[in-house]
Amino acid sequence: MGKHRIVGNGLRTVGWVLLVLAAGALGLWAGCTLQPPPEGQETAEATYIIENKGSDTLVNLALAWAEAYMQLHPEVRISVTGGGSGTGIAAMINGTVDIANASREMKPEEIAAAEANGIHPVEFTVAMDAIAVVVHPSNPVDRLTLEQISDIYTGRITNWSQVGGEDRPIVLLSRESNSGTYLYFLEHVIRLGGEESDLLFSPDTLLMPSSEGISTEVRQNPNAIGYDGLGYVTPEQKVIAVALGPEGPYVLPSVETVNDGTYPIARALYMYTAGEPSGAIRAYLDWILTEGQALVPELGFVPLAVESSAD
Amino acid sequence: MSTRWKEFAVESMIRVLGLSSIGFVILIFFFLLKEGVPAFLQVAPGNLFSTRWYPIFDLYGTLPLILGSIVVTLTAIGIALPLGVATAVFVREVAPGWAREVLKPMIEVLAGIPSVVLGFFGMTVLAPLVRETLGAPTGLTAFTGGLVLAYMSLPTIISVAEDALDAVPKSYRDAGLAMGATQWQTIWRVVVPAARSGIVTAVMLGMGRAIGETMAVMMVTGNATRMPLTLDSLFRPVRTMTATIAAEMGEVAQGSTHYHVLFAIGLILFLITFLINLAAAATIFKKRRRGGLR
Repeated sequence: MGKHRIVGNGLRTVGWVLLVLAAGALGLWAGCTLQPPPEGQETAEATYIIENKGSDTLVNLALAWAEAYMQLHPEVRISVTGGGSGTGIAAMINGTVDIANASREMKPEEIAAAEANGIHPVEFTVAMDAIAVVVHPSNPVDRLTLEQISDIYTGRITNWSQVGGEDRPIVLLSRESNSGTYLYFLEHVIRLGGEESDLLFSPDTLLMPSSEGISTEVRQNPNAIGYDGLGYVTPEQKVIAVALGPEGPYVLPSVETVNDGTYPIARALYMYTAGEPSGAIRAYLDWILTEGQALVPELGFVPLAVESSAD
Repeated sequence: MSTRWKEFAVESMIRVLGLSSIGFVILIFFFLLKEGVPAFLQVAPGNLFSTRWYPIFDLYGTLPLILGSIVVTLTAIGIALPLGVATAVFVREVAPGWAREVLKPMIEVLAGIPSVVLGFFGMTVLAPLVRETLGAPTGLTAFTGGLVLAYMSLPTIISVAEDALDAVPKSYRDAGLAMGATQWQTIWRVVVPAARSGIVTAVMLGMGRAIGETMAVMMVTGNATRMPLTLDSLFRPVRTMTATIAAEMGEVAQGSTHYHVLFAIGLILFLITFLINLAAAATIFKKRRRGGLR
C-alpha cells in the first residue's frame, strides 16, 4: 500500500512537471507568434525611437517639440508622456526612457539612486516657466504679496476679506506632491525661499491630480485660489499680480517679466538624459536648445534668456 | 488508458489554474507584507498614526487617510443601501415582466461605465451642484465622493440583492398574500426579511467596491489631508487611502520610507477589505447553515 502510494506520487510529480513544461512551451510558442510583424516602412530606413517622459508642466511643450522635430526628421520617432517630474526621473533611472522632463532639479537621493544604477544624469535647461497664481474671474482681488500668498496657503489667512476681497472662505488648490510645481511653490512661495523655514501647506489644501483639475475648480468656484505653470492658465482664470513686498511693484507674469526677472515666481525647466547623450538624442536636444526655442512662447512658457538675447 | 490519461491531464490543468489564482493572491499578500512591514519598523507608531500627512517631510500620519476612506465609504453606503435595495425590490417584486427585462441589463451596463468618466462627471457636474446647493466652500467634498461611489456600487448592490430576493420561495409570497397581507406588506414584512442575509452580502460587496475605488474618488474628493472629525467634515474635502497611493506611488524612490509607508497603507486597505469580505462570507455561511434559502 505504502509502496503504491509512493509510485503514485512519483507518477503524479512527473505529470506535474510535464504539465508545467507544456505550459512553458505553449507560452514560448505564443510569444513567438504573437510578436507584432515589423512595420516594413520603418525598418527600411534606420529609425530612432526617443522615449520622453515626465513633468506635466512640460508635457505640452515637449509634445510640440516632438511633433515639429519629427516633421523635420522623419527618421526619428519621439513619444512623449506626462506623469510628473518624479515619474519621469524614476523612469530615466530605471532606463525605460531616454529623456526625462522635469520642472525641478533632481533631488540628491534621485541622483544617488541613478548612480547606484550606473547612470550619470546630465541636465539641460530647456525653457523658463513662471508660476501664475489664479483666482475666479469674479474675485475682486487682483494683487497679492508673496507673504500674503504664503499666509493664505499655510492657513493663517482663511477669508478673502482679509486681503481686500469679499467675505468668502478661501479654498486652497495645489498640485499633487509628486508635481515639481508643488515643491517649487512650497520652497519659493510658502517658505519664501527660507532654508530653515518649516512652513507647510495647510491640511485644508486640496491636492488636485492634474492642471486640468485646478483650472476646472478655479473656473467654477469663486472661493478658490490656485497656482500652476503660466503655460496652463486659460483665459477663464484671473491671474494675480505678485509683489515681493507690500510696497510693490506688483507684477503680472508674462514673457517679458519672467525674462527680465521682475516676476518673482519663475523657474527653469529641465530635461535629463542618462549619461552624456549621443546620436539622435544629442541632435534632438541641440535642436531644442536652438531652433526649438521658437516654439516655447507659443505654449505660454518663456524661452531661455541666452537664446532670446541672441535673437 | 488513454481516457484515464486525458482525465488526469484535464484534472491537473484545472487544479493548476485553480491553485494559481489562490497562489497569486497569496503572492500579492506576501509582496504587500514584504514592502509594507518595513514601514512599521522605520516609522515610529506615534508618527504613523498621527494626523499630519506630509510625506516629503517624513510626516506619515495615516489617520486622516483611514478616516477619509471610512467617511466616504459610509456616505456612499448610506446613499446606495436604501436606493439599491428599493431598486432591487422594484425590479424583482413590483415591475411588470417587460420592465424587468429592460431594467436588469441596463443596471448591469451601469457597472461598465469607466470610473474616470464618472469622476469627470462628478468634477464638472456634481461638484458645482454640491457647492451651490449646500453652501460648502468647495464642491470637491467627501459627500461628492460618496455620491459618485454610491452610483458605482449600486449595480453590485442591486444585482446581488435582486438575486437574494429571487431566492425567496414563491410559497412565502403566496402565504403572505393568503394571510390577507397587501402586496407591500408581503414585500416588506415577509420577502425582504427572508432575503436579509443576501441583502447584507450585497451591501458588504458594494462597500468593498466603494472603499477600493480610486480614480473617481481622487478626482472629486479634493484630496485635502484634514481630519474629518467635525460635523461639517462631510461637506469638506478629504483624502482617501486609495487616492493617496495612486497619487504618490509614481513619485517615490523605490525602497524609501515613503514607498514602504504607501505599501503599509495598501496593507491596511487590504485588511479592511478582507474583513468586509469575511463578514460578507460569514453571513452567506450563516444563511446556508440555517438551511432555509438555498
